[in-house]
This record gives sequence, structure tokens and C-alpha cells, in this order.
Amino acid sequence: MKLYEFEAKQILAGYGVEVPRSVLILRGEDAKAKIEEAGLRFPVVVKSQVLVAGRGKAGGIRKAEDLDEAVRLVKELFEKPIKGILPGAILVEEAVPFERELYVSITIDRSERKPVVLASAYGGVDIEEIARERPESIIRYHVDPFLGLRGYEARAIGRELELKGRLLVSFTSFLQTMYRVFEAFDAELVESNPLGVVGDKVVPLDARIIVDDNSLFRHKSLVEGRRVEQRGEFTEWEVKARSLGLAFVELDGNVGVIGNGAGLTMATMDLVYHYGGRPANFLDIGGGARAELVKKAVSFLLDFPKADRIFMNIFGGITRGDEVARGVVEAVKERGLKKPLVVRLSGTREEEGRKILKEAGIEAFTDPVEAVKRVVSL
Amino acid sequence: MAVLLDSGARVLVQGITGREGSFHTKLMLEYGTKVVAGVTPGKGGGEVHGVPVYDSVAEALSEHPDINTSIVFVPAPFAPDAVYEAIDAGIKLVVVITEGIPVHDTMKFVNYAKSKGAYIIGPNCPGIITPGQAKVGIMPGHIFKPGPVGVVSRSGTLTYEISYLLTREGVGQSTVIGIGGDPVVGLTFTEAMKLFQDDEETEALVLIGEIGGDMEERAAAMMAKGEFKKPVVAYIAGRTAPREKRMGHAGAIIMMGTGTYESKVKALEEAGALIAETPFQVPELVKKALRR
Repeated sequence: MKLYEFEAKQILAGYGVEVPRSVLILRGEDAKAKIEEAGLRFPVVVKSQVLVAGRGKAGGIRKAEDLDEAVRLVKELFEKPIKGILPGAILVEEAVPFERELYVSITIDRSERKPVVLASAYGGVDIEEIARERPESIIRYHVDPFLGLRGYEARAIGRELELKGRLLVSFTSFLQTMYRVFEAFDAELVESNPLGVVGDKVVPLDARIIVDDNSLFRHKSLVEGRRVEQRGEFTEWEVKARSLGLAFVELDGNVGVIGNGAGLTMATMDLVYHYGGRPANFLDIGGGARAELVKKAVSFLLDFPKADRIFMNIFGGITRGDEVARGVVEAVKERGLKKPLVVRLSGTREEEGRKILKEAGIEAFTDPVEAVKRVVSL
Repeated sequence: MAVLLDSGARVLVQGITGREGSFHTKLMLEYGTKVVAGVTPGKGGGEVHGVPVYDSVAEALSEHPDINTSIVFVPAPFAPDAVYEAIDAGIKLVVVITEGIPVHDTMKFVNYAKSKGAYIIGPNCPGIITPGQAKVGIMPGHIFKPGPVGVVSRSGTLTYEISYLLTREGVGQSTVIGIGGDPVVGLTFTEAMKLFQDDEETEALVLIGEIGGDMEERAAAMMAKGEFKKPVVAYIAGRTAPREKRMGHAGAIIMMGTGTYESKVKALEEAGALIAETPFQVPELVKKALRR
């Protein structure tokens, strides 16, 4: 789960980090009154709260010299979609006169199976760009997950960034706090970019936290107490799918895809592409799916307007062919065969399954390559 | 010979009384795996499909000192505890089927296992099978047959599909390992490759990767350095997957520019692997590799 900038900064502030003074304006609130009430000093930075990357470049961050300009910009940003997404909130924050911008993040190095601190003296652009333009500037430091980030380790990273004196102390304390947040919130990523240098202090000008979805059972308050509903990370149909409990990702093509298992479903998308089609989505019904779930998934794609045909690729191990077929037939009975549907069914009880499908007038194949060629040619 | 698992395996099932644990205990027994005991705290004294159930791993081991392998079906919030319990009891191979374990927990128990010299397979994996000898996992046993090809995979169903295709074409498998789809897993491609390199029965390796992470690139580096000398056929899923989107598996995501299909295929191709563009090309390429 991606957290908004304002949420990430609130968390850091809760751990004693000095963050710029700010006020959050929710959609529909009186921006003028709220900014006045907060007593912010001008100039301020007006920031669209969206979860997509590259918000600055897309015009989602603007500077205002006085109250009127700030109010006007808040209104403007509420109406300005960032990569297709309208924000649910705008953060108005005192502009901090920083001298330079650092990059720092903590994430998980999947191959080393350890937390890794990434830091660079050249912040303000995203890490991919730093890696491209100044790869030598990136410091990578692995942390023992049982010991956490020790003070001397944080200082060593600060010294590599050529920070000295009280600035080094401020940076060390900030980095250790970031690590505590990383642990306490089961984060996949805690990032501050840019981390501003202001005199002898560091101040997080932006902050980003991604919480591991698997850990949400122990972070219920993060989900339940949210002031701004999750926007921007998911499309309208992805949100619908999530509410139905389906693992669905929207793509740009027109061939609806259903598979069982993430790897097989991706392979099915790739197969469609390989034979000249373009997948409209990823939809994984997982292992051992029952008829009820199959029905839900097929109905969903029958309704999904981007898909003008559906290719369903099932390899039954634990998943039973007859169970799958019954789910498909029920969905079609309820929704009608609004678009062509081609099913490849192999494995456990495949013959029973194909028989059920054929009786209902649905095309069923054993060979996935034949099936995909068929669906692409329609 | 085989890798990590053979007919000498004596298996403990942790979470044996649950729906999945009980169902797959039955299937493992039917395959011929020696499942000797199970654990569910609070259910000690019972039996599941004739297998005695204990309250703790230590108790199971004191009654069955020949246990050398464990398979974990315990729900995610309690699974890490089960893994530590197995490692601390001295079990050297722990297969974690459980899906949805927080990555920070996995990171810790995987590091702990390493320090104790234990292998973890998974989490969120189908397990391991040495056809004709034993299966410790949830894969359908009948699609495999003994033979010279090792398979190591990040995906479950895709492993079944490809193994089935191999079997149908008459190409059997030495050992098949599903290492799991999470961002952090125990056994990695390169660790598995070290084992397959030393296994005399394995003549070629099928590597089934996915977008996300850099395990495939590391496998390629190992080949390029000459540390893995057997022919490799690789298939990578996710060519058409968008960036920054999780494709079902928690680990199947291109983040901060790493983990792309192109990078993986390029690295493997340069290291001499044969690349299958679809899963259905794998058997043909394996046959070609075996003839070399």
C-alpha cells in the first residue's frame, strides 16, 4: 500500500522528525480559511496528493507567494489530473530555503535478502535518473535485519555524502529514524527525495512510504483511519476487481485474459502478444479455484469494456476442469455470450470440463497455441 | 541422486490439521512420501490420515528422530514462528507453502536459516519433487516422471505446465523446485544451480523466471563465470507486464527500473542459455540442449 506524502510526513513527524509546517486541504474544503487558520508563512509550496511518480514534472507541485495565489493554485490543482488521476487532497506547505538536495531511501535488496540504504548527494530527480546520470554517486549500504541500522553505520553513510559537523549529526539521526519507520511499518520502501540541506540540518522536502500489503493485518489503523481514499494507484476497473477479491491488472490491449496462477497468467498474456494480439488485462484465479470464483472472474471480463474477446487458459493441477467449466457456463448463462470466449482446458478432469463447455456452445481447446491463434484471429 | 530431496526424506507437516495441510498430507502419502508426523499446537494426540499429530516440533522429533524435512502450511501470521521452531529443532530442509507472509518476517527467518545451515524453500511456493522418490509440496504428482532435467521456477502453475509438456515429450526430471513468488525467498536460483551442478543425474536445467528482482541476472552471471556448466533453457514470464504493477505474485513487479523482461533475457542469452519465447518451446529446446 502506497502512502501519500502527507501521511508519510505525519509518520516521520510522529517519530520526532522536523518536517515543513503545512496544512492539508481535502476536496470541498475552504482552502482560504484553512491556510489562514494554519498561519503559514509565505512563500508556500502547493502539492497535489497523488500516488503516481513524476508528479513534479507533470505540474503537480507549484509555488505561491501569497494567500491569493495559494488559494488559486489549490483550486487549479484539484482540477488538474496527474497522469489521469485527480487528487483527493492538496498539501500546502511552507517553502524551505534549502541549499542542496540529497537522495536517501531504505528498501529491501531481494537478492541479498537484507535491507539496503541508498543515498546520493544528487537528489531531486528520481533514483532511476541518478543511476543513469551519476551511477558513481549512489551509496549502497546493506543492513543486518537483526541488528538494525547502527549509529556508526548511519554516520559512515553521512560521511560518504561528505556531510560534516552538526549536519552530519542531523543526517545520522534522520536516517536512523527512517530505519525505525521502515521496521515499524513493515515498509517495502521509505524514501526522502529530495532531502533538503538547510544550514546545519536536513529536512525531508518529500517523503514516500510503501507498506507491504502482506503485513496489513498488523497495521489495521493505516487502512481504517485513512483521511483520503486511495486514488491513483488503481484504475476504476482495478478498484472494482479488488472489491470482488480478484487479482486483476488493466492493460492496453483488447484480448481479455484469465489464467490460474500468476506465472501462467503472465505467460498467457505473453502468448497472446507472441501471436499478434494485445492483452487487455491480467486476471489470475489462483490455484484450486471453485466454480463460484470462476463465474465471478468470467462475468467481470464479460462486463469489462476494453476486452472485446476473452481467452481463458487453465492448467488444472489442483484446479479441476469440470469445476472451472461449470463456473464459465454459469457466468455465460447470467451475462449472455456478449463477446467471443475461447477456453483452453488441460489437466485434472479436462475431458469432463470440455464436454460441459461444448454443450453450452463455448469453444474449448486442449492445445493452448491452437486456442490463442483462434482467439487472435477472431 | 537428486537435489535436496530423495526417498530418504522423513517428513513433518506443520499445520497438518488445517484444510490444506490435511488434504496435501493425503496426496503426499499417496505419492509415496514418508510423512511420519504432523504438528498443530493444541491438537496433539490426534491423527490425520494415519499420521500422528503433536503439539510441538520438539515433541514430534523426540518420537520420530529420523525427521529431516518439514513442510509448513501454517497461516501467514503464525508461519514465521513455525519456521523458527523447525530450524531450532535442527531440521535442515523447510518447505514453506504459506502465501502472504510479510516480507520483513521472511527476510529475518531466511537469514536465520542461513546462519543455522538450513535450507528454506519458499514461502509462497509449490514445493519440491524428485519424481518417483518423494514430493514435499502441493504439485500434482502424476505430471512428473524421473529423468535427466532439473527444473527450478518462481511460478507454480507454470512449473506444472512445463513439466507436463516435458513428460509428454518423454523428457523426465531429476528434481523440480518451485522457489516461490515472493520478493524474498529462501533458496534462490543460484543456490539451486550450485546443487544441480553437483548432481550427476541432472544433465540440463530448465529455469522458469518472472519479471521482478534480479535473480535471473545473477543466474546468468554464474553461467558466464563458468560456475554452472550444464546447458540451461530459460523461459521468463511477464514480457507484456507494465511497470510498477504487481502481477499477482508479490515479487512479480518491476520497481525502480529493475526486474524487466528485457534485462533478464539479455543477460541469460549472453551467458549461453537457450531462451524459450513461449512455455511450449521448452521441450524442443531441452531436447536440443541434451543432444549437444
